[in-house]
Amino acid sequence: MNGSAWPLIRTVGIDGMLVSFGDRLSEPANRAALALRDALERAAPDGVEETSTSLVSTYLRFDPLRVPHETMRAALEDLLATRDWFDAELPHGRRLWRIPTVFGTELAPQLEEAAQAAGLSADEAIRSISEAQVRVQTIGFAPGQPYLGELPEAWDIPRQTDLTPRVPVGALTVAIRQLVLFSVSTPTGWRHVGQTAFRLFRPEDEAPFLLRPGDEVRFDPVARETYERLKDDPDGGATSERLA
Amino acid sequence: MSAELIVHRAGPGVSVQDTGRPGFLGFGLSRGGAVDPLALAEGAALLGQPGDCAALELAGMGGEFEATADIRIALTGAPMAARLDGARLAWNASHDVPAGSRLSIGAVEAGYYGYLHVGGGIDTPERLGARGVHLAAGIGDVIAAGTRLPLGDDARPERTGLTFDPAPRFAGGEVRIVESLQTDFFTNEERARFEATTFHRDARGNRMGVAARPEGEGFHSTEGLSVLSEVITPGDIQVTGDGTPFVLLAECQTTGGYPRIGTVIPADLPIVAQAPAGAALRFRFVSLAAAVEAEGKARAARDALPRSLRPLVRRPEDIPDLLAYQLISGVTDGRPETGDDT
Repeated sequence: MNGSAWPLIRTVGIDGMLVSFGDRLSEPANRAALALRDALERAAPDGVEETSTSLVSTYLRFDPLRVPHETMRAALEDLLATRDWFDAELPHGRRLWRIPTVFGTELAPQLEEAAQAAGLSADEAIRSISEAQVRVQTIGFAPGQPYLGELPEAWDIPRQTDLTPRVPVGALTVAIRQLVLFSVSTPTGWRHVGQTAFRLFRPEDEAPFLLRPGDEVRFDPVARETYERLKDDPDGGATSERLA
Repeated sequence: MSAELIVHRAGPGVSVQDTGRPGFLGFGLSRGGAVDPLALAEGAALLGQPGDCAALELAGMGGEFEATADIRIALTGAPMAARLDGARLAWNASHDVPAGSRLSIGAVEAGYYGYLHVGGGIDTPERLGARGVHLAAGIGDVIAAGTRLPLGDDARPERTGLTFDPAPRFAGGEVRIVESLQTDFFTNEERARFEATTFHRDARGNRMGVAARPEGEGFHSTEGLSVLSEVITPGDIQVTGDGTPFVLLAECQTTGGYPRIGTVIPADLPIVAQAPAGAALRFRFVSLAAAVEAEGKARAARDALPRSLRPLVRRPEDIPDLLAYQLISGVTDGRPETGDDT
């Protein structure tokens, strides 16, 4: 068992509940959150209007004027009691993506600084990130945007205190043993270590969101010239295949 | 050929907005929609049409507009100087706009977001199930001069000349907040200081959120900057690394790693969204039960909007050609204007 504190149910604003399976990222907690959301989507308690997952938690939104908080909490407790969620399998139909990435250069100006924070040289940092096959732990912050992990221990570095005013679409960033690949241009506290030409959100397409939680990703280092050539391709040279 | 609204000139933050697109949170896309949903409902009530009709949200500054057919409009939210062919139009009211006349809407006079509604709603194509532009996600964009916006069919073209008294929300003030999932990352002393502090709405701000600059020191959680990213909803008050709280609005991100000290209740969120730069804001914790009760009251008030309408009595000096007007338009069709709305 994983201790009596988890899963923990908390309220979010006035119309949300959050079931957390831990206070730090772990693979069992991540799988538990995905499996609980799947269960809620298949057979939602009365009043549930929307669900999502974050790294180790499942969120649901409901109308508290229609279903009181106590009723919703009781329904969640009943559902939680039906199985050991930490033991859940990963979602089906997962894919492995390979995304060409320029590390460093003026396209990704914080590689040196991030490497230093991790106690690595720039070359070691590139090798460490590009050799890690990371998993999409959640999609969030911006449309289609993945949080990926888990990177080796050395990458347990905090976010910056000051925000970077703006990273471009396709920016690969790092903090707390995770990577975030940005789907929009936005301010961030994560350090910008790589740049891709991959478009994660395509509102004009039938399938506007490309990655799914559970998918795995490798960021393959490429030269700047290769990136420049791939810039006009929405896939940015990325490929994907079914994971067994 | 259905009517169009021609935009001859537009302020920098004019966008098509509706009630947003719920259901994509799991894909990282927040609901979006009008940052002052009450203003959207007010416009729908004035025009007697469904609450999900799309309107133009005017951030701080309006623009100049012309319709290709006779249309109706309603003006709600932050009051702005509006004129039709030079004659001043009342805000918080519905009006006839004849084809070819010029509607000009100037700078905001209080608050921040004004709304221009049209009979039948703006009929731009839906994307992912809604018309509301989501600037942060890159779904649509702000309106540029020269744009021609298609308008929906107007079911009640005869009904104009109505007004109502809006809920005051255009000068900052006290807003109610509830404890949320990370409130206990802040010590009791820090929470008490948060309630006792007067904040000023920073000039930094947009549809995603606004910074509330404290008088005095910033705020700090006990968890530092390595908090796991967790779900975010509109109203959440995120405390960034330098201790400045940001109140998140309709177009906020869906997850975030900065700790949140509490959540502004939906009924009071328009006060934050509409606070002009520099306006004073205070935050007061209320119980979850009190917040749910406040939400019930807010919804009841919104549902009662159609019954709160009354005829707009135009001031004679604002009417260029008195004889061309019905003095009290909109009630001359003999139908009651109260209690007949969907």
